Amino acid sequence: MKKAFIIASKDIKRSVRDRSAIVTAVVAPLALAFILSTVLGGADGSSLNVTFAIVDDDGGEASAVLIDDILPSLEDEGVELVQSDSIEEARRMAEDGDVDSAFIIPDGFTEAVQSTEGAEITILTNAESEIGPQVAQSVAESYAAELNAVRLSIGTVAVSAGGAPSPTEMQELQADASERPMPALLVESSAGSRQFDSNTFFAAGIGVFFLFFTAQLGAVSLLQERKEGTLARLLAAPVSRGAVVGAKAIYSFVIGVVSMAILIVASRFLMDASWGDPVAVAVVVLAAVFAAMGLQSLVATLATTDEQAAGYGAVVGVTLGLLGGTFFPIAQGPGLIAKLSYLSPHSWIMRALGEVSGGAGTLVDVLPAVAALVLFGATTGTIALIRSRNLVMAG
Amino acid sequence: MTAIAQTEPVGRPSTEGGPVLECRGLEKSYKERRAVAGVGFEIESGETYGLLGPNGAGKTTTISMICGLLARDAGDVTVDGKPLTINSTDAKTAIGYVPQDLAIYPDLTAKENLMFFGRLYGMSRSDIKQRSAEILDVIGLSDRADEHTSGFSGGMKRRLNIGIALLHKPRLLVLDEPTVGVDPQSRNAILGNVETLSEAGMAVLYTTHYMEEAERLCDRVGIIDEGEIKAEGTRRELIAILGEQDRVSLEASGDLATASRTLTSLDGIDDATHRESGIDLILTNASHRLPQILETVADAGAEVTSVNVVEPDLEAVFLKLTGKALRD
Repeated sequence: MKKAFIIASKDIKRSVRDRSAIVTAVVAPLALAFILSTVLGGADGSSLNVTFAIVDDDGGEASAVLIDDILPSLEDEGVELVQSDSIEEARRMAEDGDVDSAFIIPDGFTEAVQSTEGAEITILTNAESEIGPQVAQSVAESYAAELNAVRLSIGTVAVSAGGAPSPTEMQELQADASERPMPALLVESSAGSRQFDSNTFFAAGIGVFFLFFTAQLGAVSLLQERKEGTLARLLAAPVSRGAVVGAKAIYSFVIGVVSMAILIVASRFLMDASWGDPVAVAVVVLAAVFAAMGLQSLVATLATTDEQAAGYGAVVGVTLGLLGGTFFPIAQGPGLIAKLSYLSPHSWIMRALGEVSGGAGTLVDVLPAVAALVLFGATTGTIALIRSRNLVMAG
Repeated sequence: MTAIAQTEPVGRPSTEGGPVLECRGLEKSYKERRAVAGVGFEIESGETYGLLGPNGAGKTTTISMICGLLARDAGDVTVDGKPLTINSTDAKTAIGYVPQDLAIYPDLTAKENLMFFGRLYGMSRSDIKQRSAEILDVIGLSDRADEHTSGFSGGMKRRLNIGIALLHKPRLLVLDEPTVGVDPQSRNAILGNVETLSEAGMAVLYTTHYMEEAERLCDRVGIIDEGEIKAEGTRRELIAILGEQDRVSLEASGDLATASRTLTSLDGIDDATHRESGIDLILTNASHRLPQILETVADAGAEVTSVNVVEPDLEAVFLKLTGKALRD
């Protein structure tokens, strides 16, 4: 075991000197996560990141439901609300892109709602905004559906009572209806990141994606040693073959864990990523590195040269990374892809990290995914060990 | 590069008086191809044993089995009295292995390379430090000790390649064609160092396809071809195989294949092998047969430009034993 650590130490020292390894393990994932988070923040659906202006010329009960209940409930989803004094100001803000949309509630809106007249809300939109107008439209439609439901219930009461309700009865019925829970809004987080915010999603996704590249460094370095002739010298030394293979596993494991640790800490401070329970995250990371090592070691045993192993590893890493939802949250989407995503260890890692992200979950919540990853790593790693007998040859 | 006089001896023997290396009946096949078939020999302390044979003869496969790099199909290897397998560590401690290809880490310094391999051999840090200084001095790299080896010349890398094998004072030094691709100056230095180490009591196994190196260095030579040792002994013993035979080298042009076939059928000519620029002959009483030889060659459509009667050497022995030249 001591000799395995001596060889692994040498490999780590070489990695530190080899800038490409540092780029793959640390710099590239961190930079890419930062760029994606900055450019596409919220595009994953976990955070809407839109601003709405509100112009309330009505000031009645019906407008209060929208302004005080419905719209504020969206603030947790990334909707920012701005009060505007006039339609002109709201229009200017929408045109200038200061807001994505503006809700204009006209004078007499509540009165129109209480009567049988048609009541209208105007939505001004910024032409450049893609998500904001759609969200505003959804909110307005939900609100209209709620108002219609109230009207319908009042009408039903009136018909069953055998006549039109008095103004006092009308107000009581409206008050009763408005206190009932609001129907579900159309705005909701999309799949793949149940608890992820966008920054954490990109940091986790990119980190996991690159983990499968760093995890193959050990197996690739074994083939590199064979090519460079140093493997012959290692095998001629009083070192067992198991120690040589073990050294490469230690090397991959250390690099994988260190790169993920750096990414997690750096993204916490640079991108305000919210990873959640540190113990749970640490357990997920260890299981993730184990699974990545097992898979990429197995892939390397199919290769005869280090270049070939790196190529195979990249193909497997990219394919499973996309399938596992490291770039796009398809893992929990509908259909065949969602089912297939369970074949990807990336998917299990993302699910586990998503469970604890933002402080929502604990160690217990990630244990099923951790068990799946350990099983995956043990299976692929065992096959790789059996196949590595051919790999650990001098020439 | 100075001689390795001060790198003397070389690990203490664990078995008194016995051979440092004993191998018996080594066999190795790759699918249908038999690479090594029943190779066996011994090497005593202070003895240099050469495996002489052309490329593909089975030298490297034999060495790989002896050093535990390659699992053998059959046979036994004992180093310093300890049985050796691919997983045994005790026996391997007694071996210093110099691979044919350079086996050093380019992004580590010379000193770091020595430190790494020294630790693998279980040496203490202080021992490695002291020994590294000696080795670096001997191989002439003391002033480059802290430089990455990627910046070294080919000769410097070769010297470090050998130096690493000597670090732990092995009882058996195994060199696999260490002079291939080496400039004449470095080659001469390497041969000088091997001589010095042997004189200091180290057992040396040296593979080569250069007849001159085998003749200069080796106390005994095993002539190997097609995975078998065809003959073994001192230079004198091997040349005695030729009996009273001479070796004649003809420089010629024309139909050399026909000429050599015709020569083989003549009385007194044991072997005739043609090469690109001539024909090599093993025969008795060369001076009496030369006129007949020249006439036969001319009749076969070839033209002789020079004749050289060569003193019997290992090349001639190899030619007689295998029917082909070492360069083939």
